[in-house]
Amino acid sequence: MSYPNTLKYTKDHEWAKIEGKIATIGITDHAQSALGDVVFVELPAAGRTLKHGETFGVVESIKAVSDLYAPLDGKVLEANAAVSADPSLINRNAHDEAWLIKLEMADGTSTAELMDAEAYTKYVQSLK
Amino acid sequence: MLKRTALYEEHQRSGGRLIDFGGWELPVQYTGVIDEHQTCRTAAGLFDVSHMGEILCEGKDAEKFLNYLVTNNVSKIAIGQAQYTVMCNEAGGIVDDLIIYRRGEDQFFVVVNASNTDKDYSWIQKIHASGKWDLTLRNVSTEYTQIAIQGPKATEILQTLTPADLSAVKTYWFTESTVLGGVPAIIARTGYTGEDGFEIYLDWNKGPELWRALLEGGKTHGIKPCGLGARDTLRLEVKYPLYGHELGDDTNPVEAGLNWVIKLDKGDFIGKGPIVAMKERGPARALVGLKLTGPGIPRQSYTVHLADGTTRIGELTSGTQSPMLKQSIGVAYVAKEHSAIGSKITVDIRGNKVPAEIVATPFYKRPY
Repeated sequence: MSYPNTLKYTKDHEWAKIEGKIATIGITDHAQSALGDVVFVELPAAGRTLKHGETFGVVESIKAVSDLYAPLDGKVLEANAAVSADPSLINRNAHDEAWLIKLEMADGTSTAELMDAEAYTKYVQSLK
Repeated sequence: MLKRTALYEEHQRSGGRLIDFGGWELPVQYTGVIDEHQTCRTAAGLFDVSHMGEILCEGKDAEKFLNYLVTNNVSKIAIGQAQYTVMCNEAGGIVDDLIIYRRGEDQFFVVVNASNTDKDYSWIQKIHASGKWDLTLRNVSTEYTQIAIQGPKATEILQTLTPADLSAVKTYWFTESTVLGGVPAIIARTGYTGEDGFEIYLDWNKGPELWRALLEGGKTHGIKPCGLGARDTLRLEVKYPLYGHELGDDTNPVEAGLNWVIKLDKGDFIGKGPIVAMKERGPARALVGLKLTGPGIPRQSYTVHLADGTTRIGELTSGTQSPMLKQSIGVAYVAKEHSAIGSKITVDIRGNKVPAEIVATPFYKRPY
């Protein structure tokens, strides 16, 4: 699996794409592969304020429920309706099309804790 | 250290994702649960179920002993026939559900759940020690590989590997024959998927050869290896109970809907008193199937409530999204007075009361 350099990563196997004040959040290819067939997602409504580490939704495979954790502080601008309509999009294109939410980052939010692609790749390897 | 079946290397070769399942290292999936599930329903699925426990019970008093041990009538099993049954504790709770195969007048092959094998064998030995029975017991779980081939193409695929006439083996019967040109095997028309198919018991060490031959011979029929994930969704679509979910040490077979395996006219058996008592007063809860009409997936231990979301009336024992119906389905114990088919209910999913309905089961019925 390869992890794009344009994304930042968390130990909860989420990615964030930072563009100005906007962070687009999804789960990594490693996460979707570990989950197996994703058949349901529950995402927050626009306007909800999230704190770093807070549960903001779930991803469910046939077998299991997995919580989603906010990697940053911010306000939900939009949830991806295409993923709600067809959760298997996550299995097919986790790093791009199957983004989950767009966050407007709170003022002063630091992204320094997030890993770059190289660090995340090492982290995933360390779990094996 | 996790236990491995004889097919461990086959699973690795086939890309199986191995997990710890009750102390056994077994594949939860190969290509994906949905794909494997649908393949089993439309072509054929191959399952390693060698982790199941097998206990031999042989001797002059074997039939009498088993009749005391289990709820079903063992005397009704003909040689070459199999029977589904449960064994209960003194309180009428289910120690395990099992299949008894009668291999001879005084020879029985008892198949129990993997995770219960040690508990079951101790229990059976304890009951054996409590009376004067002329019989021998032997736990032969590690001597047998058990492979299940299930699905509409199962018979055709297996037939090429055995001289036995499989068309003559009726459902819940078996034949003692050979596979692979001379390897002795018990070939039973049983399974846990709701499909037609067979379960094959053979020498532990011959397992890999049969596994490979079935995959190779079934290639043109679209056979695929299936993991524990698909095994669970397949059994759930036909509402077969699973120990630890629908059944447990404190579940009475009457409330589990297993009246059909309780035979009161056969004489005394363990747990008979509490079972008769529950039959007479009627169980307080019923095991029902439900479908969500709102979003979400019901799971084990989620609670069930009245339609208005208030009173709690029960709890889920199993749930998933059905790969065939593409609907969220579940099995739950609910209070008898709210268990009628068609009843509108709700399921608590992370604090939300999601609408659902009690439906007739099985959820899925094979078309052939």
